[in-house]
Amino acid sequence: MIQTIDQTDAPAVGSRPGKVRLGIRDVEAFYGQIQALRGVSLDVHEGEIVTLLGSNGAGKSTTLKTISGLVRVQRGEVQLEGESIARLAAHEIARRGVVHVPEGRRILRGLTVKENLELGAFTVKDSGLRRQRLDEVYALFPILHERRHQDGSLLSGGQQQMLAMGRALMHGPSVMLLDEPSMGLAPKLVTDIMRIIKRLNEAGTTILLVEQNARLGLRLAHYAYVIENGEIRMQGAAAELRQDESIVKAYLGVGE
Amino acid sequence: MDKHSPPTPTDVDEHDAGRAKPRHPLQKLYAAFESPGRRRALHLTILAILIVTPWISSQYTTVILTNALLYVVLCLGLNVVVGYAGLLDLGYAAFFAVGAYTVGILTQQFGVNFWAAIPFALMAAALAGVIIGGPTLRLRSDYLAIVTLGFGEIVRFTARNLEITGGASGLSHIPEPSLFGWHIDSSIDFYYVFVVLAVLAYIASQRLFDSRLGRAWLYVRHDEDAAEAMGINRVATKLAAYVTGAIFGAIGGIFFSVNLGAISPESFSFQQSVLILLAVVLGGMGKIPGVILGAFIVVLGPELLRDFGTLRLLIFAVLLLLIMLFRPSGIWPEKRS
Repeated sequence: MIQTIDQTDAPAVGSRPGKVRLGIRDVEAFYGQIQALRGVSLDVHEGEIVTLLGSNGAGKSTTLKTISGLVRVQRGEVQLEGESIARLAAHEIARRGVVHVPEGRRILRGLTVKENLELGAFTVKDSGLRRQRLDEVYALFPILHERRHQDGSLLSGGQQQMLAMGRALMHGPSVMLLDEPSMGLAPKLVTDIMRIIKRLNEAGTTILLVEQNARLGLRLAHYAYVIENGEIRMQGAAAELRQDESIVKAYLGVGE
Repeated sequence: MDKHSPPTPTDVDEHDAGRAKPRHPLQKLYAAFESPGRRRALHLTILAILIVTPWISSQYTTVILTNALLYVVLCLGLNVVVGYAGLLDLGYAAFFAVGAYTVGILTQQFGVNFWAAIPFALMAAALAGVIIGGPTLRLRSDYLAIVTLGFGEIVRFTARNLEITGGASGLSHIPEPSLFGWHIDSSIDFYYVFVVLAVLAYIASQRLFDSRLGRAWLYVRHDEDAAEAMGINRVATKLAAYVTGAIFGAIGGIFFSVNLGAISPESFSFQQSVLILLAVVLGGMGKIPGVILGAFIVVLGPELLRDFGTLRLLIFAVLLLLIMLFRPSGIWPEKRS
């Protein structure tokens, strides 16, 4: 089932459960004159964890940014449940339930943990629902409850990652875009974060996970794509890609 | 991370218990006024002082205080832009000018009733807010400063070179307004008008701060990308800040023009913009009582130093520098430092 793709417009293969929640087709994006994405296509099915792997500068973060509207889609199509979101402003995409947890967490300095979480629920008008989500996030991350009145930017890296994910959960996402949640974390914390991602997914959140650490991404995901120079080079069930060390190495280096 | 017991819903919203107590003597003083009961007492005391003052002081004092109250309105308006939304504006006097000139032109040259002219002045100011806000939405810090400075100067030069605005000599004989038979003309009358305006500006500032829009400004100020990724409309939020600030400025300008009866381009110079910004920064960006304090200091300071003659502005400048040295985030900053 592993495929090495030459034609970037090749459709996703294999039998995957659920409907396509997020579909992107032949997306091209530019930074000024430089083309960052050269026709990326990938699908995220309902209830899946899909991982997008690749080395530095391959276009992983850019792919997430084009989905969430932070980078303009020059050509191609991004669809959320069959409806195009490629031309929408970032805040409109967020309002449709696509929530981006950016690289580097982006915790707001000078605001408390609780205030940071409340940002996530800004568009939730029902105060009862906001409260309920806050309770859920605190139950998932007890440390955030303990530190709720502290400046969010003073938390440790792992706690900041939890805060960033908690903030996204406050929004009630239909798809969560996670950009390198393991970045800069100690191995123990990476394991914690990965367990939480798994738990979120089991609770019904659909996740698109960008990872530089290929082993990690493949261990967690159901399905994986490999991006190189702004093009998808390989895709397949994560379990199968995981078996094939040689292919992984060829595209991703040693991975750890 | 799993060692801590999960929270019970009841203590989720408990009030700020874990916060550090203020240590600085000034912070202690400010904290004393944070409780709602004391705050009400403080409000009533200040209001009483404001009402009584003109009866027990000279006309000179009344005029100076009127000016201070005008600055309160202007500074609270700029505070929305700079303090709440975190957008720099070095041309704020432009909105002040738009309000003053619109009313001046309509009443003096077209004979429009003062009160009827106000909505036009507010619309003109809101439009000016959109004009300055629109093109600058993508700019940050230095570039925003340059463009807003330029905008302020453009408005001033326009006023200086148009016939309808009276050119360099400006407009004079702007008629004084009356309200239900009360002809507002004495300095005490205008003093009370500005007391009302300052109180309204204060209430509006407070309401805005607590509103959903106020939260949006807070988040956009801290990180506009993160805010947008959570569904906040960055463009609308920033425009709302400029338009709100413009309306505050225009209200100041509207009553400034009828108070003086004459306006000229020099009333709306770059220095004016800087002075308003100075008061906001000095008092504490984003903190309403701080900004009010800043407005009073900037207006009353040079007056209190009149005994020093020609040295007064120099002394005032040194005092300002000292304040900024020892209280870099303002006299009454928004956050516990």
